[in-house]
Parts: sequence; structure tokens; C-alpha cells
Amino acid sequence: MVASTLNWSAIDSDPRFKELHRRKTRFLWSLMAFSIVFYFALPIGAAYLTDLFKVKVWGVINLGLVFALLEFVVAWAIAFVYARKANAFDAMAEEINRDAHSIGVRR
Amino acid sequence: MTTAVNPQYMWLTFAVFAAIISLTMFITYRAAKRTKTTADFYAAGGGMSGLQNGWAIAGDYLSAASFLGIAGLISLYGYDGFMYSVGWLVAYITVLLVIAEPCRNIGKYTMADILAFRNNPKTVRTFMALSTITVSTFYLTAQMVGGGVLVKTLIGIDYEISVIVVGVLMLTYVVFGGMVATSYVQIVKAILLVIASLVMVALVWSQYGFSLPGFLGAAVNDPNIQARVASMLGDAGKNLSATELGQRFLEPGLLFKNPIDQISLGMALVLGTAGLPHILMRFFTVPTAQAARKSVIWAMAIIGGFYVLTLFLGLGAAMKVGPINITLIDKGGNMAAPLLAQYLGGGASSMLGNLMLAFVAAVAFATIVAVVAGLVLAAASAMSHDLWVGVVKGDKATSDEEVRAARICSVIVGILAIVIGILAQGQNVAHLVALAFAVAASANLPVVLLTLYWKRCNTGGVVAGLIVGTIAAIGLVLVSPNMTYPKALKAAAQKVVDAGPTKIAKLQEEVASTAQDPAAKAKAEKALDATRKEVAANEATLKKYANEDTSLVGLEKPLFDLRNPGIISIPLGFIAVFLGSLLYRDRRAEDMWDELYVRSNTGLGRAAISH
Repeated sequence: MVASTLNWSAIDSDPRFKELHRRKTRFLWSLMAFSIVFYFALPIGAAYLTDLFKVKVWGVINLGLVFALLEFVVAWAIAFVYARKANAFDAMAEEINRDAHSIGVRR
Repeated sequence: MTTAVNPQYMWLTFAVFAAIISLTMFITYRAAKRTKTTADFYAAGGGMSGLQNGWAIAGDYLSAASFLGIAGLISLYGYDGFMYSVGWLVAYITVLLVIAEPCRNIGKYTMADILAFRNNPKTVRTFMALSTITVSTFYLTAQMVGGGVLVKTLIGIDYEISVIVVGVLMLTYVVFGGMVATSYVQIVKAILLVIASLVMVALVWSQYGFSLPGFLGAAVNDPNIQARVASMLGDAGKNLSATELGQRFLEPGLLFKNPIDQISLGMALVLGTAGLPHILMRFFTVPTAQAARKSVIWAMAIIGGFYVLTLFLGLGAAMKVGPINITLIDKGGNMAAPLLAQYLGGGASSMLGNLMLAFVAAVAFATIVAVVAGLVLAAASAMSHDLWVGVVKGDKATSDEEVRAARICSVIVGILAIVIGILAQGQNVAHLVALAFAVAASANLPVVLLTLYWKRCNTGGVVAGLIVGTIAAIGLVLVSPNMTYPKALKAAAQKVVDAGPTKIAKLQEEVASTAQDPAAKAKAEKALDATRKEVAANEATLKKYANEDTSLVGLEKPLFDLRNPGIISIPLGFIAVFLGSLLYRDRRAEDMWDELYVRSNTGLGRAAISH
């Protein structure tokens, strides 16, 4: 594929690309925002909600430990959710790529 | 001095080291035959699979600081040490969601490739290369010094010799095998590291029937841990029962006293990892964005799983070896994991114990060499690909010329690393890794992120962001409590020295009065010995700083109480990119936006990798 022959601005304004852009942007940045909020809840909670973190829930295991372990589970879950969703984005991008040469060609 | 390895079994250690080094040399020999073009040298020909690259990223990232350091922090501070490890994994969410795939689609060999796509190539290559070299050098210095100290502590080889050995080995991998050898060495080392950790965790956890509450309950009831908490809490822990003291080890607050600093460090980790040149460069070794995505997911599984294991390694070491014995060999706790290995194999006088220690030590050594190799490759690529070929030669160099330039640059960076490593002996370099992350988060990440996602971003913004972010991060550290402040140090040392004679006299009395009770006498004698050593160490401090009163930048005390600059320097870096872009007109950056954005989202027109 010779990239220089593609009409980039036409692809950029193609409705399918616009749809891909819209869905990807919304999905990625909301997932990103959630992961940041969830992560910083740990050090902030450890500093300001210390008594809550000390509450024992299972033997000597306290809420703080559960939360810290949950951070790992949630990080993996985010990766899993993204990987599943990304397949749909791949399919949309693939469709655009197939037609790339005919988008915006002046006849 | 005390070494971790029993001198009787030193030969065993050397045998294990030799075996692992031979394995990496064999890899390098094979890789050297495959390293011919620039694509081979910088990016392993783009031929790594997602799984391979995932292991290599883990190998790059699990440096001695995180392998030995986090296990050590958990063994000494319990919960806070474990909490510290979380940020290192969460960092990869940023890499996965917003960095890995666009970078694979836009870049070729270096971080500056991404910026040069729409900005003025020569300008951004110059500044990005300088930033790459800066970040890599900070990281490198910490690794070299850490490596030298580690080898010295483990087997007693001189610091200078260990630094030179690390440097020469690493240069062999990089110069002959380029990215191919570096990647496979990282993969092998990561696999060995995970195997070693799994075996140790299985051995220590099996004693508690693989029960989580059982294991943690044993930690709470462990006298070593209870004594450690009691000594940290001092007067505050006087009214606590033994179990309460043990429980305190599983609660936050033993290590981190300043939450703002914690948040600041978290920001540097979460945004900085995605701006580390040696990590970003790994995404150019896979063929597609899909493979880049897969590699991050594998890396997250491996790195996260490893940090969960460190919880067991750390607490296991605290129970089985004891915080006192751990700090006796290394104050920072770095020897927790190796000493636990020795214990699990049967102890300091057993052959199996020393074999296991030797294995863990050799893996730690391989870790340092592999991480340093990745860093040197990143810095050398910036020098050869961006500065030499991109700026000086105006992109006109044949593949052979560029590979030769890259090899020469690797040798230059490698020799520099050895020299810096030797010069920095005895310096406190632990904060340099945090500084590398802070610069990466404040300078590199804003410019890459906004180049990829903000239409108005341009050359002016990139230059402003790199300069402001780097200077802010370094400047804030220079006036922070990380630096050495002789006046405060001397005051503290003077106090100990002044109190010394009384304390020694009191202990001498105790030794005399406990003559009937051998156990109590031994304890008092030990305390007396420790006090004498403490006084001597503080007298040495007084002498060392006799003629100094101010820090490196002429301050008597830190300007503010913040060890991690991220919370201030990261917003400054972003603001600089915004302002720089808005104040500067750059037609090319705007014209290229459509192409960049379409390419980064679809992978269209991705530079084909040629062989």
C-alpha cells in the first residue's frame, strides 16, 4: 500500500472514521478516568480513612489489604475489557482500510 | 564485611553466575547473526510476537529496584510496601489505553520519530533526544550503583569491578546483538525471575497450607514482626498488645507519612511509565498495533502477578529471616528476597540454601544487566538515529552507516555509564529512579500525548513542554529533601555523639549487672556494640561534612517538604505544551494532523519493516 496516494483529510471526514473516532474517544478516556480515580483512592484512603482501612473482614485481613488486592484485579479487568472492546475497533478500522484508496478520490 | 553468601559456598555462586551469563552470551551470539539492518538493531526487525514482547517489557520493567526493593519494603514496612507496588502496575493502564497502539502506528525506532511526524523534525529530534538521554542516564545511574552495591553485598566483589563487569556484559549484548539480543536476554531473565519467585512463594506459603488468612495470621503473631513494629512506633506502641503490634504491620502508615508526596509519586508512576523511552521503544519491535496491545496485556499479567508474589516474599522474609537480620546486611531491605531464598533452602550453612541464594543473586544480577542494556540501547538510538542521522546527516545515511553509528553510540553511552557508576559510588541514588519517572511524566508524556491527540499541538509546544517539564522536575528535586543537607545532618549526628558516652556507660553497667544471665548479657553486649558503631558512624558523618554547610545548590534546608516533584512539574509540563502551541504558528503540524490521526487510529500506511 502506497501511503502517499491516500487522501487523508477525506478519510478523516469519512462518516465511518468519524464514528470510530467518536466511540474510541468516549470509551478510552472514560476508562482512563475511572482507572485514575480508582488508583488514587488507595493512597488517599490509606492517608485519610485509616480507620476504615483497619476494619478486619476475614481473619486478620483488613479492608486496606482487600482494597490493595482489588487494585490488581481491577487493573487486570480494565485490560480485559479493553482487549474485548478493541476487537470491535479493529473491525471498524479494517473496513476503512479496505476502502482507503477509494475514499475522497476525485473522479 | 558481611556478605550474604557463605564464603564456603562462594564457588557455587560463581558457577550459577557463569551458567546464566553463558546462556545470555549464547543468545547474543545467535542474535548477532540476525542483526544486520537498522530495523534489526533498533527494533529486532519488528518480528517479536505480542507474548514475547510482553515478557521482554516485564524483563525491562522488573528492575532490581522493583524485584529486590519492593520485597524489601514489604519485609520492613508491611502494608505500605505493598501499596507502593500497586502504582507500578496501574502505570500500564495508561500505556495500554492511550500510548502503545498509536505509537506503534506512527513511530519507527525512537520516541522522537513520533514527534517528528508532524512537528519540525530537526528541532523536535534534538530536544527529544536530549530528554531521552537525560531520563535514561538518571535511570542508568541508579541501576549501575545499585548493581555494584548488590554484587558487593552478595559475594564481596569490589564495587568498581562489579560496575565494570555489568557494563562490559551489557555492552556485549547491545553492540553485537542490538535489540534482538537485548529482548531475548530480557525474556530469559524475566522467566527466571518469575520461576525463582514462584518456587520461593510455594515453599514459604506451603508451610501455612496455602491459606491466605493462615499466612497473614502467622505474620501478625510473629515475634520478629511485632518487635519491628514496636521499634518503629516507639512510645506510640507502648500500650499495644503483641497481636495488635503484629496487626499494625498490615495497616497503612508505617512508611508513608506525607500523603501529598504519595499522590505525587503515584502521578509520576502512572504518567511517567508511558513516557520512558526504553519502554516505549519496545512497541517498535512488534509488527502491528494489535501485537502492541497484546504485549501490554501480557506485561500487565506478568508484572501484576509478580507484585502479588512479592507480598508473600516480603512477609515471608520478615517472618523467616527477620527485619533485624535483613537490615544488618542492607539498610534498605534489598537483601530480603535473597536471604529468604537462603533460609528456604536450609539456611546459611547448607549447600541447598546457598544454591538457592546463588540462583536468586544471579537472577538479580542478570536483571541489572538486562535493564541497563535496554536503557543504553534507548539512549544510543536517540544519539544515532535522531541526533546523528536525523539532525546532522539530514536523514541521509545508508542502513550500514546507521547501524555502525548506533554501535559506536552504544559504546559511548556504555563507557559513560561505567564511569558515572564508579563516580557515583556511595552516593544516595535511590531517588534517581523516581526522578527519571518524574521527568518522563512531566516532559516526555505531555508532548507525546498531545502530539497524538491534540490538533493544535505543534513544534513550539513540544519544545516548550520538554524544556519546562525537564527543568521543573529536576529543579524541584534539587531543592527538595532528597538532597543532602550537611547542616541538618551534622546537627542530628552531633546529638547522637553527645548522647553516646552516657548511653555506653549505661549499657556497660547493664552488661556487668547481667553476668548471671547469659541471654540477657548477650543482648546487652549486642546493644552496646551497636551503640558504639552508631556513635562511630555519626562521628564519621561529622568529619565528612566538617567544611560543608549547604546542599549542592547552596541551601541549608529544603525549600519545601516534597520528595516527588510530579504533582507540580507534570501540570507545568502540560501547560507549557498548551501555551507553546498556541503562541507558535506551525503550518506543517496542522496540515499533518489528518494524516497522523487517521494513521494512529487505523494503522494505515504503517512503515513497512524491511530486511
